[in-house]
Amino acid sequence: MATAAVPAPLIGAELALRMYEQMQRIRAFEERVDQLYRSAKMPGLAHLYVGQEAVAVGVCEALRRDDFITSTHRGHGHCLAKGAAVERMFCELLGKEEGYCRGKGGSMHIADHENGNLGANAIVGGSTGIATGAAFSAKARGSDQIAACFFGEGALGQGVLYEVMNMAALWTLPVVYVCENNSYNEYTHYRETTAGGLTERAAAFGIPQEAVDGQDVLAVYAAATRAVERARRREGPSFLLCETYRYHGHHVGDVDRAYYRSKEEEEQWKAERDPLQILRAWILEKGFADEEVLEQTAERVETEVAAAAEHALAAPFPDPSEVGEHVYAG
Amino acid sequence: MSTPAEVAVPKEHEGTREISLAQAVNEALAEELRRDPAVFLIGEDVAEAGTPFKVTSGLVEEFGPERVLDSPISEAGITGIGLGAAMTGMRPVVDIMFGDFLTLVMDQLANQAAKVHYMSGGRLQAPLTLRTTLGATRRSAAQHSQSLHAWVAHVPGLKVALPSTPYDAKGLLKTAIRDDNPVVFFEDKMMFAVKGPVPDGEYTIPFGVADVKREGEDVTIVATSSMVYVGLEAAELLADEGVSAEVVDPRTLVPLDRETLVASAKKTGRVVVVDEGHTSYGASAELAAAIAEDAFYWLDAPVRRAAAMDVPVPFSPVLEDQTVPTPESVAALSKSLLGKA
Repeated sequence: MATAAVPAPLIGAELALRMYEQMQRIRAFEERVDQLYRSAKMPGLAHLYVGQEAVAVGVCEALRRDDFITSTHRGHGHCLAKGAAVERMFCELLGKEEGYCRGKGGSMHIADHENGNLGANAIVGGSTGIATGAAFSAKARGSDQIAACFFGEGALGQGVLYEVMNMAALWTLPVVYVCENNSYNEYTHYRETTAGGLTERAAAFGIPQEAVDGQDVLAVYAAATRAVERARRREGPSFLLCETYRYHGHHVGDVDRAYYRSKEEEEQWKAERDPLQILRAWILEKGFADEEVLEQTAERVETEVAAAAEHALAAPFPDPSEVGEHVYAG
Repeated sequence: MSTPAEVAVPKEHEGTREISLAQAVNEALAEELRRDPAVFLIGEDVAEAGTPFKVTSGLVEEFGPERVLDSPISEAGITGIGLGAAMTGMRPVVDIMFGDFLTLVMDQLANQAAKVHYMSGGRLQAPLTLRTTLGATRRSAAQHSQSLHAWVAHVPGLKVALPSTPYDAKGLLKTAIRDDNPVVFFEDKMMFAVKGPVPDGEYTIPFGVADVKREGEDVTIVATSSMVYVGLEAAELLADEGVSAEVVDPRTLVPLDRETLVASAKKTGRVVVVDEGHTSYGASAELAAAIAEDAFYWLDAPVRRAAAMDVPVPFSPVLEDQTVPTPESVAALSKSLLGKA
């Protein structure tokens, strides 16, 4: 795995601390979601992003607010990194009126168009067309917006991804395909499902690819910036492979995982490759902040998340009469 | 299918120029491309080739390859790209050459486009038009002859239009393109050459407004798409035997103009529904149910269906011709409701 060299001027104290805070926010949010599930306060399930925070934050920090993203069933991290508010996220997860989708979408369908988020998606690979179409639209409208398309390595099994990558390359569309390889297609290691190399798929279309350590937000940010700038210059799509790891199970209910991966493997990633620890060490080394400041950041975010969850628990459900609204626009 | 153009004249537009249904669709596309820079066409062979049916001929010459795009053979991909473009300010018209290929776009259509507005609590919209075909008897066998409009009409969030005349096709397609929802627009590939009067000027036809194609007193024939011509011919056959048949064309399945269908059913007391989808669980069943629910006490006989046989469409003409409703079979079914052999 080639880790990109980070151009020093790219990441200063302000950006590093913002990325640290965003990653903390995502982790605190997800841990709270897990608690809500375990205490039977959340309807349905959720797919937690813990362990993968550096990918969403590294990519979204390279985007503008008016750039587009599409997300996945494991989408809370992407939504938050693109600017979604914690409170409205919790409200959506709990099916409340204040949620991003007025409770109609839930965990897997959060869309936040003010921040360019065209939606999480519960079909693996299902949003790859939408992201590519948003890039097509940006080009057709003469806008310099770009689209980032998040998907897991499981989506490499879906044909539609290759259909749209082909057209993105043919038509020089400003889209960045971000493949998050957390190693597991649900409960099956990707090596059991995926022949050949991962970046070679993009190479077949003539799409430039880069593989980065997805636990290192600096590397993700640097590679994403290169891909985004290329798209912004209207030079076409890129493919970013981020090697990462899912700390929790496929979803919150997937707690007995020994049949598909070992505790040792999980512990090793957490101990040696934790994205928050990696960034924390770098910030300290650079002298951008001291331990105390980072601790305060973590505490502030934790307080914010706890308050938002409490707010969401107390928030009203939508009026039952809303069930028939929004089937059709206009 | 037989296509007697002379029986399908929209009353209010008699005397205007006669153009084919293919030309009417072409005009609608050209006018909307001219009117709104957000409109673009994407599909297999829609540019220089003008599609195998020559429906889009001339458009790339006027609007250029950036607005009339020849795509790879990637139905799911172009529908997905159309959807993403629709969600971000464009009004794409996606061309799916054969309705049978809806199988390939179903995730993009049913799971994505249809649900975007609802799942986002009304925050996102998908003004996407997907044009495709239906209809058998072209000797094209089981993978190029299906009429799958019931599949998409079953999915809340999609609108479904099935015009029968050039006039309706043009007016409804312009409405589809301007609609803020995903619309699946079915054209019977056997109707492209059918001619009919179309006014020179600008017009649109609202969705959810059925059209009485022929007035009558004794029996109502509700017919969709090219089956309107079968219904009109059946009405001629019935007239020869002293039976007055009314032919009603819903024009859009979603939204459905129940009121007009039910009013006709109440007037005549007898209804045959003619549709080229398969009989079982088809559009004809839904139309029959709507009438039975709302006009039951006015009916003198059960609502009957004349739809395609529940078999894959066979190739051999002697086999294929048995699978679809004909003027004779519809007339016979109508007579049976009147107690006539």
